[in-house]
Amino acid sequence: MTSNEPQSESDLYEDAHVHQVYEQIASHFSSTRYKPWPIVERFLEALPDGSVGLDVGCGNGKYLTVNPNVFIVACDRSTNLVNIASQHRPHTSIVADNLNLPHPSSTFDFAISIAVIHHLSTPGRRIQAVTAILDSLRPSTKSESSGYRQDGGKALIYVWALEQKHSRRGWDEGDEQDVMVPWVLKQNTNAKCTEESKTFHRYYHLYCQGELEHNITAAGGLVLESGYEKDNWWAIAIRKPQWGHRV
Amino acid sequence: MKILTVNFLTCAVKACKSSPLSFPLHFQDAELEQSDIEYNAAFLRNILPRVDWEALKITANELGFTTVPIEKPDLTPTSTATDKNPVRLPINTSEPQATDEKTMRDLHTLLLETEVREGKMVCGNCGHEYKIKEGIANFLLPSHLV
Ligand SMILES: [Zn+2]
Repeated sequence: MTSNEPQSESDLYEDAHVHQVYEQIASHFSSTRYKPWPIVERFLEALPDGSVGLDVGCGNGKYLTVNPNVFIVACDRSTNLVNIASQHRPHTSIVADNLNLPHPSSTFDFAISIAVIHHLSTPGRRIQAVTAILDSLRPSTKSESSGYRQDGGKALIYVWALEQKHSRRGWDEGDEQDVMVPWVLKQNTNAKCTEESKTFHRYYHLYCQGELEHNITAAGGLVLESGYEKDNWWAIAIRKPQWGHRV
Repeated sequence: MKILTVNFLTCAVKACKSSPLSFPLHFQDAELEQSDIEYNAAFLRNILPRVDWEALKITANELGFTTVPIEKPDLTPTSTATDKNPVRLPINTSEPQATDEKTMRDLHTLLLETEVREGKMVCGNCGHEYKIKEGIANFLLPSHLV
Protein backbone atom coordinates (compact mmCIF):
# COMPACT_ATOMS: atom_id res chain seq x y z
CA MET A 1 0.00 0.00 0.00
CA THR A 2 3.01 2.29 0.32
CA SER A 3 3.98 1.79 -3.32
CA ASN A 4 1.79 4.57 -4.68
CA GLU A 5 2.16 7.44 -2.24
CA PRO A 6 1.67 10.32 -4.72
CA GLN A 7 -1.55 8.82 -6.01
CA SER A 8 -2.96 8.19 -2.57
CA GLU A 9 -2.12 11.78 -1.61
CA SER A 10 -4.19 13.00 -4.57
CA ASP A 11 -6.89 10.53 -3.60
CA LEU A 12 -7.05 11.91 -0.07
CA TYR A 13 -7.01 15.50 -1.32
CA GLU A 14 -9.86 14.92 -3.79
CA ASP A 15 -11.75 12.94 -1.19
CA ALA A 16 -11.69 15.88 1.23
CA HIS A 17 -12.14 18.70 -1.28
CA VAL A 18 -14.44 17.12 -3.86
CA HIS A 19 -16.13 13.85 -2.84
CA GLN A 20 -17.05 14.70 0.74
CA VAL A 21 -18.32 18.12 -0.29
CA TYR A 22 -20.66 16.71 -2.94
CA GLU A 23 -21.85 14.05 -0.53
CA GLN A 24 -22.91 16.79 1.91
CA ILE A 25 -24.34 19.28 -0.56
CA ALA A 26 -25.97 16.60 -2.79
CA SER A 27 -29.61 17.49 -2.35
CA HIS A 28 -29.13 21.28 -2.45
CA PHE A 29 -26.74 20.93 -5.42
CA SER A 30 -29.26 18.74 -7.20
CA SER A 31 -32.07 21.25 -6.72
CA THR A 32 -30.02 23.82 -8.65
CA ARG A 33 -29.10 21.47 -11.51
CA TYR A 34 -32.02 20.83 -13.79
CA LYS A 35 -31.40 22.61 -17.08
CA PRO A 36 -29.29 20.60 -19.55
CA TRP A 37 -26.56 22.50 -21.37
CA PRO A 38 -27.38 22.89 -25.11
CA ILE A 39 -24.24 21.17 -26.43
CA VAL A 40 -24.90 18.12 -24.23
CA GLU A 41 -28.54 18.05 -25.24
CA ARG A 42 -27.62 18.24 -28.93
CA PHE A 43 -25.05 15.42 -28.56
CA LEU A 44 -27.52 13.10 -26.80
CA GLU A 45 -30.42 13.85 -29.15
CA ALA A 46 -28.30 13.03 -32.22
CA LEU A 47 -27.58 9.47 -31.02
CA PRO A 48 -29.14 6.61 -33.01
CA ASP A 49 -32.00 4.78 -31.24
CA GLY A 50 -30.78 1.85 -29.18
CA SER A 51 -27.36 3.35 -28.45
CA VAL A 52 -25.83 2.25 -25.16
CA GLY A 53 -23.57 4.61 -23.28
CA LEU A 54 -22.10 5.96 -20.07
CA ASP A 55 -22.60 9.11 -18.05
CA VAL A 56 -19.36 9.35 -16.07
CA GLY A 57 -19.94 11.63 -13.10
CA CYS A 58 -23.70 11.87 -13.57
CA GLY A 59 -24.45 14.02 -10.52
CA ASN A 60 -28.21 14.13 -10.07
CA GLY A 61 -28.72 12.50 -13.47
CA LYS A 62 -30.13 15.53 -15.27
CA TYR A 63 -28.91 14.21 -18.66
CA LEU A 64 -30.63 10.84 -18.28
CA THR A 65 -33.96 12.24 -19.43
CA VAL A 66 -32.79 13.97 -22.61
CA ASN A 67 -33.10 11.04 -25.05
CA PRO A 68 -35.61 8.29 -24.11
CA ASN A 69 -34.41 6.02 -26.96
CA VAL A 70 -30.93 5.26 -25.59
CA PHE A 71 -29.77 3.29 -22.55
CA ILE A 72 -27.32 4.91 -20.14
CA VAL A 73 -25.32 3.41 -17.30
CA ALA A 74 -24.58 6.43 -15.13
CA CYS A 75 -22.06 6.64 -12.32
CA ASP A 76 -20.91 9.07 -9.68
CA ARG A 77 -18.58 8.99 -6.66
CA SER A 78 -21.30 10.40 -4.43
CA THR A 79 -23.81 7.85 -3.13
CA ASN A 80 -26.23 10.64 -2.25
CA LEU A 81 -26.19 11.96 -5.82
CA VAL A 82 -26.52 8.43 -7.25
CA ASN A 83 -29.60 7.92 -5.08
CA ILE A 84 -31.16 10.96 -6.74
CA ALA A 85 -30.01 9.94 -10.26
CA SER A 86 -31.38 6.41 -9.86
CA GLN A 87 -34.94 7.71 -10.15
CA HIS A 88 -34.48 8.21 -13.88
CA ARG A 89 -35.74 5.11 -15.65
CA PRO A 90 -35.03 2.98 -17.61
CA HIS A 91 -31.39 3.84 -16.87
CA THR A 92 -29.22 2.60 -14.03
CA SER A 93 -26.98 4.64 -11.75
CA ILE A 94 -24.09 3.13 -9.82
CA VAL A 95 -21.40 4.37 -7.46
CA ALA A 96 -18.00 4.28 -9.18
CA ASP A 97 -14.73 6.15 -9.53
CA ASN A 98 -13.93 7.64 -12.93
CA LEU A 99 -10.32 6.43 -12.70
CA ASN A 100 -11.49 2.85 -12.12
CA LEU A 101 -14.61 2.39 -14.21
CA PRO A 102 -16.36 -0.97 -13.85
CA HIS A 103 -17.20 -1.28 -17.53
CA PRO A 104 -15.94 -3.60 -20.27
CA SER A 105 -13.51 -2.04 -22.75
CA SER A 106 -14.39 -1.30 -26.39
CA THR A 107 -18.11 -1.62 -25.80
CA PHE A 108 -20.03 1.65 -25.66
CA ASP A 109 -21.57 3.75 -28.43
CA PHE A 110 -21.14 6.97 -26.48
CA ALA A 111 -20.04 8.48 -23.20
CA ILE A 112 -20.53 11.85 -21.61
CA SER A 113 -18.53 13.33 -18.75
CA ILE A 114 -19.93 16.71 -17.90
CA ALA A 115 -18.20 19.00 -15.41
CA VAL A 116 -16.26 16.13 -13.84
CA ILE A 117 -12.61 15.80 -14.82
CA HIS A 118 -11.87 19.38 -13.69
CA HIS A 119 -12.21 18.00 -10.14
CA LEU A 120 -9.07 15.85 -10.53
CA SER A 121 -6.04 17.50 -8.98
CA THR A 122 -3.11 16.56 -11.27
CA PRO A 123 -2.62 16.59 -15.08
CA GLY A 124 -1.81 12.86 -14.97
CA ARG A 125 -5.08 12.01 -13.26
CA ARG A 126 -7.11 14.18 -15.65
CA ILE A 127 -5.53 12.40 -18.63
CA GLN A 128 -6.12 9.05 -16.90
CA ALA A 129 -9.81 9.92 -16.55
CA VAL A 130 -10.02 10.66 -20.29
CA THR A 131 -8.18 7.40 -21.04
CA ALA A 132 -10.73 5.45 -18.98
CA ILE A 133 -13.62 7.03 -20.91
CA LEU A 134 -12.02 6.43 -24.33
CA ASP A 135 -11.17 2.83 -23.41
CA SER A 136 -14.85 2.07 -22.82
CA LEU A 137 -15.81 3.19 -26.33
CA ARG A 138 -16.29 0.98 -29.38
CA PRO A 139 -13.26 1.37 -31.64
CA SER A 140 -13.67 2.54 -35.25
CA THR A 141 -14.05 -0.11 -37.96
CA LYS A 142 -11.60 -0.85 -40.73
CA SER A 143 -12.28 0.33 -44.24
CA GLU A 144 -10.80 -0.95 -47.50
CA SER A 145 -9.79 2.41 -48.90
CA SER A 146 -8.68 4.71 -46.10
CA GLY A 147 -7.58 2.32 -43.35
CA TYR A 148 -10.12 3.24 -40.68
CA ARG A 149 -13.46 5.00 -40.63
CA GLN A 150 -14.10 7.46 -37.80
CA ASP A 151 -17.22 5.57 -36.73
CA GLY A 152 -16.23 4.46 -33.23
CA GLY A 153 -18.12 5.37 -30.05
CA LYS A 154 -18.03 9.08 -29.25
CA ALA A 155 -17.31 10.85 -26.00
CA LEU A 156 -18.42 14.36 -25.05
CA ILE A 157 -16.26 15.91 -22.34
CA TYR A 158 -17.14 19.23 -20.75
CA VAL A 159 -14.99 21.22 -18.30
CA TRP A 160 -15.05 24.61 -16.60
CA ALA A 161 -13.07 27.30 -18.42
CA LEU A 162 -10.47 29.66 -17.03
CA GLU A 163 -11.56 32.21 -19.63
CA GLN A 164 -14.86 33.49 -18.21
CA LYS A 165 -14.33 37.17 -17.51
CA HIS A 166 -18.02 37.98 -17.89
CA SER A 167 -19.14 35.37 -15.35
CA ARG A 168 -19.91 35.96 -11.69
CA ARG A 169 -16.47 34.52 -10.79
CA GLY A 170 -14.68 36.70 -13.34
CA TRP A 171 -11.58 34.54 -13.91
CA ASP A 172 -9.64 35.08 -17.11
CA GLU A 173 -6.58 34.05 -19.09
CA GLY A 174 -3.42 34.13 -16.98
CA ASP A 175 -5.21 33.61 -13.64
CA GLU A 176 -4.44 30.75 -11.26
CA GLN A 177 -5.97 27.55 -12.68
CA ASP A 178 -6.20 25.51 -9.49
CA VAL A 179 -8.84 27.07 -7.30
CA MET A 180 -11.16 26.41 -4.38
CA VAL A 181 -14.73 27.41 -5.21
CA PRO A 182 -17.22 28.04 -2.42
CA TRP A 183 -20.62 26.40 -2.25
CA VAL A 184 -22.98 28.05 0.20
CA LEU A 185 -25.32 25.43 1.56
CA LYS A 186 -28.60 26.89 2.80
CA GLN A 187 -30.90 24.79 4.87
CA ASN A 188 -34.08 25.42 6.81
CA THR A 189 -33.22 24.36 10.30
CA ASN A 190 -36.53 24.69 12.08
CA ALA A 191 -40.26 25.11 11.64
CA LYS A 192 -39.95 28.90 11.44
CA CYS A 193 -37.79 28.46 8.35
CA THR A 194 -34.80 30.31 9.70
CA GLU A 195 -32.15 29.88 7.07
CA GLU A 196 -28.78 28.74 8.21
CA SER A 197 -25.91 28.61 5.80
CA LYS A 198 -22.65 26.75 5.74
CA THR A 199 -19.90 27.25 3.17
CA PHE A 200 -18.05 24.33 1.58
CA HIS A 201 -15.09 24.62 -0.78
CA ARG A 202 -14.66 22.42 -3.83
CA TYR A 203 -11.39 21.99 -5.70
CA TYR A 204 -11.43 22.82 -9.44
CA HIS A 205 -8.82 22.87 -12.13
CA LEU A 206 -9.95 25.59 -14.56
CA TYR A 207 -9.13 24.61 -18.13
CA CYS A 208 -7.42 27.09 -20.42
CA GLN A 209 -8.02 27.16 -24.15
CA GLY A 210 -6.64 24.05 -25.89
CA GLU A 211 -5.95 22.16 -22.66
CA LEU A 212 -8.89 19.77 -22.97
CA GLU A 213 -7.89 18.86 -26.52
CA HIS A 214 -4.33 18.33 -25.26
CA ASN A 215 -5.60 15.97 -22.51
CA ILE A 216 -7.62 14.00 -25.07
CA THR A 217 -4.68 13.65 -27.47
CA ALA A 218 -2.41 12.58 -24.60
CA ALA A 219 -5.01 9.95 -23.67
CA GLY A 220 -4.93 8.46 -27.18
CA GLY A 221 -8.06 10.16 -28.45
CA LEU A 222 -8.91 11.99 -31.65
CA VAL A 223 -10.84 15.25 -31.25
CA LEU A 224 -13.64 15.48 -33.81
CA GLU A 225 -15.16 18.74 -32.68
CA SER A 226 -14.54 21.18 -29.84
CA GLY A 227 -15.63 24.57 -28.62
CA TYR A 228 -16.69 26.95 -25.87
CA GLU A 229 -20.13 27.24 -24.33
CA LYS A 230 -21.20 29.36 -21.35
CA ASP A 231 -17.92 29.48 -19.41
CA ASN A 232 -17.00 25.89 -20.35
CA TRP A 233 -14.74 24.15 -22.85
CA TRP A 234 -16.11 21.03 -24.53
CA ALA A 235 -14.82 18.42 -26.98
CA ILE A 236 -16.21 15.41 -28.82
CA ALA A 237 -13.65 12.65 -29.31
CA ILE A 238 -13.24 9.06 -30.46
CA ARG A 239 -10.45 6.58 -29.81
CA LYS A 240 -7.63 7.20 -32.24
CA PRO A 241 -7.76 4.47 -34.90
CA GLN A 242 -4.74 2.19 -34.56
CA TRP A 243 -3.38 2.67 -38.07
CA GLY A 244 -4.34 4.12 -41.42
CA HIS A 245 -4.48 7.71 -40.24
CA ARG A 246 -0.79 8.32 -39.84
CA VAL A 247 0.11 11.89 -40.66
CA MET B 1 -30.04 -2.26 -10.34
CA LYS B 2 -31.39 -3.70 -13.57
CA ILE B 3 -30.39 -7.00 -15.13
CA LEU B 4 -29.71 -5.20 -18.43
CA THR B 5 -27.06 -3.15 -16.61
CA VAL B 6 -25.13 -6.24 -15.52
CA ASN B 7 -24.43 -6.85 -19.21
CA PHE B 8 -22.43 -3.60 -19.23
CA LEU B 9 -20.45 -4.09 -16.01
CA THR B 10 -17.18 -5.77 -15.19
CA CYS B 11 -14.58 -5.66 -12.42
CA ALA B 12 -13.22 -2.18 -11.65
CA VAL B 13 -9.72 -3.60 -11.10
CA LYS B 14 -7.80 -2.68 -14.26
CA ALA B 15 -5.85 -5.93 -14.44
CA CYS B 16 -9.10 -7.92 -14.52
CA LYS B 17 -10.57 -6.29 -17.64
CA SER B 18 -8.49 -8.32 -20.07
CA SER B 19 -9.53 -11.58 -18.39
CA PRO B 20 -12.64 -13.30 -19.78
CA LEU B 21 -13.31 -14.48 -16.20
CA SER B 22 -14.24 -10.93 -15.15
CA PHE B 23 -17.34 -10.79 -17.36
CA PRO B 24 -20.11 -11.09 -16.44
CA LEU B 25 -19.84 -10.51 -12.70
CA HIS B 26 -21.47 -13.28 -10.68
CA PHE B 27 -24.37 -12.74 -8.31
CA GLN B 28 -24.39 -13.91 -4.71
CA ASP B 29 -27.25 -13.60 -2.21
CA ALA B 30 -29.27 -11.52 -4.63
CA GLU B 31 -32.65 -10.22 -3.49
CA LEU B 32 -34.85 -9.32 -6.43
CA GLU B 33 -37.74 -6.93 -6.81
CA GLN B 34 -40.11 -6.46 -9.74
CA SER B 35 -40.75 -2.89 -10.75
CA ASP B 36 -43.29 -1.67 -13.25
CA ILE B 37 -41.88 -0.14 -16.40
CA GLU B 38 -44.01 0.57 -19.43
CA TYR B 39 -43.40 -1.96 -22.20
CA ASN B 40 -41.64 -0.25 -25.10
CA ALA B 41 -41.17 -2.72 -27.96
CA ALA B 42 -39.09 -0.31 -30.07
CA PHE B 43 -36.69 0.43 -27.21
CA LEU B 44 -36.24 -3.27 -26.49
CA ARG B 45 -35.71 -4.14 -30.16
CA ASN B 46 -33.10 -1.42 -30.48
CA ILE B 47 -31.24 -2.40 -27.32
CA LEU B 48 -31.16 -6.18 -27.89
CA PRO B 49 -28.47 -6.08 -30.62
CA ARG B 50 -26.16 -4.51 -28.00
CA VAL B 51 -26.72 -7.31 -25.46
CA ASP B 52 -24.03 -9.99 -24.99
CA TRP B 53 -26.32 -13.01 -25.08
CA GLU B 54 -23.97 -15.56 -23.50
CA ALA B 55 -23.35 -13.22 -20.55
CA LEU B 56 -27.08 -12.57 -20.16
CA LYS B 57 -27.80 -16.31 -20.04
CA ILE B 58 -25.22 -16.77 -17.27
CA THR B 59 -26.72 -13.88 -15.26
CA ALA B 60 -30.32 -15.03 -15.77
CA ASN B 61 -29.40 -18.56 -14.77
CA GLU B 62 -27.73 -17.38 -11.56
CA LEU B 63 -30.86 -15.46 -10.63
CA GLY B 64 -33.16 -18.38 -11.41
CA PHE B 65 -34.73 -17.11 -14.62
CA THR B 66 -35.47 -19.81 -17.14
CA THR B 67 -37.19 -17.77 -19.85
CA VAL B 68 -34.14 -16.59 -21.80
CA PRO B 69 -34.09 -18.10 -25.31
CA ILE B 70 -30.96 -20.09 -26.18
CA GLU B 71 -30.40 -17.87 -29.20
CA LYS B 72 -30.87 -14.10 -29.29
CA PRO B 73 -34.21 -13.34 -31.03
CA ASP B 74 -33.67 -12.43 -34.66
CA LEU B 75 -35.15 -8.97 -34.98
CA THR B 76 -34.09 -8.05 -38.49
CA PRO B 77 -37.43 -7.89 -40.36
CA THR B 78 -39.27 -5.12 -38.52
CA SER B 79 -42.66 -4.03 -39.89
CA THR B 80 -41.36 -0.69 -41.17
CA ALA B 81 -38.57 -2.43 -43.04
CA THR B 82 -40.96 -4.86 -44.79
CA ASP B 83 -43.37 -2.04 -45.67
CA LYS B 84 -40.60 -0.42 -47.63
CA ASN B 85 -39.66 -3.73 -49.20
CA PRO B 86 -41.90 -4.66 -52.16
CA VAL B 87 -40.88 -8.36 -52.00
CA ARG B 88 -43.27 -10.32 -49.78
CA LEU B 89 -41.59 -12.84 -47.57
CA PRO B 90 -42.99 -16.32 -48.23
CA ILE B 91 -43.66 -17.08 -44.57
CA ASN B 92 -46.79 -16.95 -42.48
CA THR B 93 -46.05 -14.17 -40.00
CA SER B 94 -48.97 -14.60 -37.60
CA GLU B 95 -47.63 -17.56 -35.60
CA PRO B 96 -44.00 -16.36 -35.22
CA GLN B 97 -45.25 -12.91 -34.18
CA ALA B 98 -47.25 -14.40 -31.33
CA THR B 99 -44.22 -16.19 -29.86
CA ASP B 100 -42.12 -13.15 -30.59
CA GLU B 101 -44.43 -10.96 -28.52
CA LYS B 102 -44.29 -13.38 -25.58
CA THR B 103 -40.49 -13.64 -25.81
CA MET B 104 -40.18 -9.88 -25.96
CA ARG B 105 -42.49 -9.37 -22.96
CA ASP B 106 -40.43 -11.88 -20.96
CA LEU B 107 -37.23 -10.11 -21.93
CA HIS B 108 -38.76 -6.78 -20.93
CA THR B 109 -39.58 -8.25 -17.51
CA LEU B 110 -36.12 -9.72 -17.08
CA LEU B 111 -33.95 -6.92 -18.48
CA LEU B 112 -35.81 -3.79 -17.44
CA GLU B 113 -38.33 -4.61 -14.70
CA THR B 114 -36.24 -6.94 -12.55
CA GLU B 115 -34.17 -5.05 -10.00
CA VAL B 116 -31.52 -6.44 -7.70
CA ARG B 117 -32.19 -4.69 -4.38
CA GLU B 118 -29.57 -6.33 -2.18
CA GLY B 119 -26.69 -8.71 -2.74
CA LYS B 120 -23.19 -8.98 -4.10
CA MET B 121 -21.51 -9.19 -7.48
CA VAL B 122 -18.29 -11.15 -7.54
CA CYS B 123 -15.43 -10.96 -10.05
CA GLY B 124 -14.57 -14.41 -11.41
CA ASN B 125 -10.95 -13.34 -11.88
CA CYS B 126 -9.86 -11.66 -8.62
CA GLY B 127 -12.77 -12.63 -6.38
CA HIS B 128 -13.50 -9.06 -5.29
CA GLU B 129 -17.08 -8.54 -4.11
CA TYR B 130 -19.14 -5.49 -5.03
CA LYS B 131 -22.10 -4.82 -2.77
CA ILE B 132 -25.56 -3.79 -3.84
CA LYS B 133 -27.56 -1.92 -1.19
CA GLU B 134 -31.06 -0.56 -1.66
CA GLY B 135 -30.71 -1.12 -5.39
CA ILE B 136 -27.43 0.79 -5.76
CA ALA B 137 -24.25 -1.09 -6.67
CA ASN B 138 -20.99 0.27 -5.29
CA PHE B 139 -17.81 -0.17 -7.36
CA LEU B 140 -15.42 1.96 -5.30
CA LEU B 141 -12.25 -0.04 -4.71
CA PRO B 142 -10.33 -0.29 -1.44
CA SER B 143 -6.99 1.56 -1.73
CA HIS B 144 -4.90 -1.63 -2.05
CA LEU B 145 -6.74 -2.57 -5.28
CA VAL B 146 -6.49 0.83 -6.97
ZN1 LIG C 1 -11.54 -8.56 -10.58
